[in-house]
Amino acid sequence: MDSIDRALVNELQDGLPVCRRPFDAISNRLGISVGEITGRIGKLLDDRVLSRFGPMFNAERLGGGITLCAMQVPEADFERVTKQVNAFPEVAHNYAREHDLNMWFVVATEQPERVAEVIAEIEAETGCRVYDMPKRNEFYIGLKLPV
Amino acid sequence: MNAVLNPSPYQLDAIDRQIIIATQSGLPLVAQPWDAVAEQLGLDPDEVVARVAAMQEHNVIRRIGAVPNHYALGYRANGMSVWNVPDDMVAELGRQVGDLEFVSHCYERPRHLPLWPYNLFAMVHGYNRDEVADHVKVIAGMLRGVCRGHDVLYSTRILKKTGLRIGE
Repeated sequence: MDSIDRALVNELQDGLPVCRRPFDAISNRLGISVGEITGRIGKLLDDRVLSRFGPMFNAERLGGGITLCAMQVPEADFERVTKQVNAFPEVAHNYAREHDLNMWFVVATEQPERVAEVIAEIEAETGCRVYDMPKRNEFYIGLKLPV
Repeated sequence: MNAVLNPSPYQLDAIDRQIIIATQSGLPLVAQPWDAVAEQLGLDPDEVVARVAAMQEHNVIRRIGAVPNHYALGYRANGMSVWNVPDDMVAELGRQVGDLEFVSHCYERPRHLPLWPYNLFAMVHGYNRDEVADHVKVIAGMLRGVCRGHDVLYSTRILKKTGLRIGE
């Protein structure tokens, strides 16, 4: 990544205007052509510096259900429970974390009422209680990491 | 940004959903990406832009931009910091914590007593765990006098990671 890539990534974290030629303003600010911008974004995606480029959708506003769940899984059962939880297509992300609550996953469903069903099914299959932690309020989501 | 959850989401119609499905894996890398989306869907480009603008106005779309890969950018450590603050102060404190540049997500979530007393979550990023710990100290300083306890949960393994997608 060179200094232009870094400036570009910082610009893209702020977001593009919604218009027919969304790259023109960045092109003027950085002094490079629109073709160079789109080419560099493609390279940054290929190199996995960017994991995605495009609209960031808000899952709740799409009408679906989403929540964060935590479980206290005995170490001896961890691999079995991981397989059982990950087998649900509604489980989007799952992380092992250092805490008594050692498994944290996101449940996302197309129908909001399906969230409670998935939680009940996970509890029944794994034998572990699921602590449901839906967001009540959102203060910031996004990235401002200077690169 | 501070969006209180609205129980009645913006009503998307079939054309909005076509636009979402066409762009959820990414936007075409051309000078006029919405024109390319419009051509693919057989729509007028101005209509596509107007619908995307309306979805952004209603927070169906947060923004049009890029998701950096933290790890590739050198931010190798992240910790989920969690805080027990008074419920009547969580909105104000959440905004202050969410404004910190090293915090990428900041939410209020319910407690589960006695195991889980924390109601404010802030994801903290750093080049290493020492830096994450220093960032957490900054938050602790901001919340001094009102916070009744906190913890930092480091991830040890990614067990599953797939994107959120709507049906096609």
